[in-house]
Amino acid sequence: MANPDSDTPRPLSLPRALRERLEAWAREAHPHETCGLLVGRHEHDVTQVARITLARNLANERLADRYALDPEHFLAVDTVARGDGLEVVGVWHTHPDHPARPSAIDLAAAWESFSYLIVSVARDGVEGAAAWWLAGGAFVEQPIVEVRPWAR
Amino acid sequence: MGQVTIRIPTPLRGATGGAAEVHVEAVTVREALRQLEQRHPGVLARVLDDRGEPRSFVNIFLGDTHVKKLGGLDAAVNGTGTIAIVPAVAGGAS
Repeated sequence: MANPDSDTPRPLSLPRALRERLEAWAREAHPHETCGLLVGRHEHDVTQVARITLARNLANERLADRYALDPEHFLAVDTVARGDGLEVVGVWHTHPDHPARPSAIDLAAAWESFSYLIVSVARDGVEGAAAWWLAGGAFVEQPIVEVRPWAR
Repeated sequence: MGQVTIRIPTPLRGATGGAAEVHVEAVTVREALRQLEQRHPGVLARVLDDRGEPRSFVNIFLGDTHVKKLGGLDAAVNGTGTIAIVPAVAGGAS
């Protein structure tokens, strides 16, 4: 496995079908934030996303601009992923009516070695998506590439 | 005393030499975490605060149950066998 702690992230490989599902979840949740996990594995040249999950947002008092992913969801997804030889490689969440850039609260809560995929969504639909990687206490953008569907 | 598997999340594997699981012998969750620290010095500072309690941005599960529901880290492992360190995942648009 390549080093997941590198300051220079490998591209995040997100199959089109998974991206389309994410965008549908983002539209359905608007104007609330929604979130979930990215499951896959680190390969030598990309972080390959094999599955995405939709989690409960527990930030009930500020659903328009906060998310808190249900830790029981994380545990359950992680259990299955490990059994399949995969791991939780990152997190996705939406920014309703805000750009797909990490906020100060995103930075304060971020973990190293996770990809943070943010989907910007407005009333009329998804406006963009970007992935971010924490390196040296700051986020750097992680390229998103679209390759073949997961088929191994 | 039973064998316990401690599941290490990806963000903490830099402190465990890349290990996704660490196996220890322990009676309680706290004892298991101490043994994790002995194997991989420095990792526990990411998990517990100065009082030796879980940091606010870390969740610890014994089996499928959050240790908060079991009275904390002194919960007996018994035959459960697996402790999971789960990072709190949060943030927001503004």
